[in-house]
Amino acid sequence: MTLLRLTDRGLYCEVGNFFVDPWGAVDRAVVTHAHGDHVAWGCRDYLTSAEGVGVLRSRLGPDARVGGLPFGERISINGVGVSLHPAGHILGSSQVRVEHGGEVWVVSGDYKMDPDPTTTAFEAVRCHTFITESTFGLPIYRWPPQHQVLRDINAWWRGNQEAGKASLLYGYALGKTQRLLAGLDPAIGPILTHGAVERMTAVYRAAGVPLPPTTHAGSLDRRTDWSRALILAPPSADGSVWTRRFGARATAFASGWMLVRGARRRRSLDRGFPLSDHVDWPGLLAAVDATGAERVWVTHGFTGPVVRWLQEQGLDASAVETRFEGDVDDDTGQEDGPEQ
Amino acid sequence: MKAFARLYTALDETTATGEKIAALAAYFSAAPPSDAAWAIHFLTGRRPKRLVSSAKLAAWCAEAAAIPLWLFDESHAAVGDLAETITLLLPDTGGAGDESLSHWVEQRLLPLKGQDEAVQRAEMLRTWTELDRRERFVWNKLITGTFRVGASSRLVERALALASGVPEGAIAHRLMGGWEPTPEFFARLVAPDVRDADVSRPYPFYLAYPLEGPLEALGPAEEWIAEWKWDGIRSQLIRRAGRTFLWSRGEELLSGRFPEVEEAGSLLPEGTVLDGELLPWVGDMPLPFAQMQRRIGRKVLGRKILAEVPVVLVAYDLLEQDGHDLRAIPLADRRRRLDALLAATPSAGRLVLSHLVEAADWTEITEARRRARDVGAEGLILKRLGSEYGVGRRKGDWWKWKIEPFSVDAVLMYAMPGSGRRAGLYTDYTFGVWDDGRLVPFAKAYSGLTDEEIRRVDAFVRRNTQEKHGPVRVVKPELVFELAFEGIQVSSRHKSGIAVRFPRMARWRTDKRAEDADSLQTVRALLTPP
Repeated sequence: MTLLRLTDRGLYCEVGNFFVDPWGAVDRAVVTHAHGDHVAWGCRDYLTSAEGVGVLRSRLGPDARVGGLPFGERISINGVGVSLHPAGHILGSSQVRVEHGGEVWVVSGDYKMDPDPTTTAFEAVRCHTFITESTFGLPIYRWPPQHQVLRDINAWWRGNQEAGKASLLYGYALGKTQRLLAGLDPAIGPILTHGAVERMTAVYRAAGVPLPPTTHAGSLDRRTDWSRALILAPPSADGSVWTRRFGARATAFASGWMLVRGARRRRSLDRGFPLSDHVDWPGLLAAVDATGAERVWVTHGFTGPVVRWLQEQGLDASAVETRFEGDVDDDTGQEDGPEQ
Repeated sequence: MKAFARLYTALDETTATGEKIAALAAYFSAAPPSDAAWAIHFLTGRRPKRLVSSAKLAAWCAEAAAIPLWLFDESHAAVGDLAETITLLLPDTGGAGDESLSHWVEQRLLPLKGQDEAVQRAEMLRTWTELDRRERFVWNKLITGTFRVGASSRLVERALALASGVPEGAIAHRLMGGWEPTPEFFARLVAPDVRDADVSRPYPFYLAYPLEGPLEALGPAEEWIAEWKWDGIRSQLIRRAGRTFLWSRGEELLSGRFPEVEEAGSLLPEGTVLDGELLPWVGDMPLPFAQMQRRIGRKVLGRKILAEVPVVLVAYDLLEQDGHDLRAIPLADRRRRLDALLAATPSAGRLVLSHLVEAADWTEITEARRRARDVGAEGLILKRLGSEYGVGRRKGDWWKWKIEPFSVDAVLMYAMPGSGRRAGLYTDYTFGVWDDGRLVPFAKAYSGLTDEEIRRVDAFVRRNTQEKHGPVRVVKPELVFELAFEGIQVSSRHKSGIAVRFPRMARWRTDKRAEDADSLQTVRALLTPP
């Protein structure tokens, strides 16, 4: 039996008459997390984790009907059991567990296994069918210990200070920059933010995530001495007029893609820090294993290699063409608002 | 090895020239001479030949990483670089020891040559577990013969000058030609006494810069000469100590490759260095470069090929006469001496004086450039009469002014991922033109688009793939590009029946639909020069 199937508007549960992360307006959308490629405008009802209500609202506005469900609590939608379980990707990100007639499916959304103080840690959920992302689904992607990466970032910041340069650190405005913030050492110097980052950081603080103090760079005098500061900005700000005010500066991007030299060089950045909010290859395999699933649907990313690998391990794996983009390696800066 | 790997990383991580020079100079100051010599050897592009085949390295790496070969290939396609793929796939184990660079090269790398497969395999697996990630990357780059880093020879020379106090010009000269990366060589390289000379050593080549802006900005036309710009092999012909040496700009000694030119060189007076272009030449015209490629491709030069593709040196500068370095005297004087020298040398037409293009003013020079294709040249070189013979590519005194390339509107048919900084992006394209209602592939091009355009084409390729053949994607014929290229020839090896030289994307014609692209007939018409 197929509890979820792919339609032109996304993953659909026919029995329960709801969608998971649809990409078109539907009546009822269960949303794994608030990144743009997982949220459609104009749905009648949204359901997301209680932890994630704030971030989802910040994207959809005050008029959207957003329901919050605590992790692990089970509700029934037209007779289908639905519960949400932490995915560890960004604040409020969840996996959606769907159960009907003894059949259990889990949609992972985006997820990671590495510790992250800004979100509840990933939790493996037993199921028959697991729908997993595959953004970094190749064995070349093995994250270095992430606390080590954060140490390197702090060291880079100190080094730039000594060279009299501002440190411009790019990361996605929702999720990555808050995780960076939690790992930065505020004793080194002032932490400044781009408008888009400041907005999302305020949402995190409102949700009770403890983060070091930040100042919106736009609120400061342009003649400020920036050389001791670290400025957090979305990748789309790179090369923009906005960055010129900082004078002598070093640039870096925190993303899983930065593990590969070519991806960093293409952007002409000074540094690339491999800090990712997605599972790496060993993490992905461990997650699949922990679910005990016999059937695995693989979405956005390196679907081909992951499907083949899982098939060779004896699993019933196939690729599902969704419109999720995962951590897209480009400058569209999906969750960036205009600079303010 | 750690210090060298750190240097590599430092050079790789910055785009600032000052920081690169500082990193290099710090390395040269601290490294033992034996390491410094090898570092210079590698940094100036003298890389070892590939010692182990890619296929073997892939198989051994897959084995060490416990993955099937197909997954290695998928990983390689995503990374775009063999050495880096291996680095990323292997478990992180090593890094405890720190033997010197020279130890790794002399005791571990070079001995791999000619070993049987079992020994090479065991050695590779061992080194991979001994080195840390950074060192392993550099090591793999050396093994695969792909060691390159973002530092030009010029930067290395500047850093050496900074570290040693020896003038940059002396360093550059000492680095030309043949040398072995030994501690003794390094000692000679940074020796303060700069009166040394090596009989075989060429001078650093002076290169023309592409012309920018209007001709009038160069000042009065009388202060300039124009010569044809040939598409040959830039060379220096040296006669010293009773011996003749022919060098390419790639600092390759061309001994035995152009015997007719070397023979003519032996007729030159002692202490002579000519700068010019090696060209296949019949009468007073060059043959197409494809003819030269026939010769370059051969190990043994038979009588037939020597007769069919005779090569000459078209000489345009005289750098040394009677053992004296003439580079600092004005070009006008050097030309006069060159003219007299060639007239007095019975070279049987093997040493040809590069003729000046007759022109009274800039208008006539502009006119002359239009005739370049008729004489088999690819444009003009403009040189200031008062100019010295400099080092490297500099703006100011020598300019190259190429003719407008051919151009054709073609449709994107196939795409392949690129490598290096374009890894994982679809950047290598095959283009087709219309023939009887069907597209025929006619040229491949990789360059000419901005990063932003590449990203957009990449997204198009991913969303409009019709078929996949390994790494090649067949895409919906929709995007039209203006391709520019320098030459066009009949070819039996190409499906379209033509081959073009240096094709690249001049423009993305977003205003054109696929059906508006050019036809094979139009392209063929270019075969007859206008």
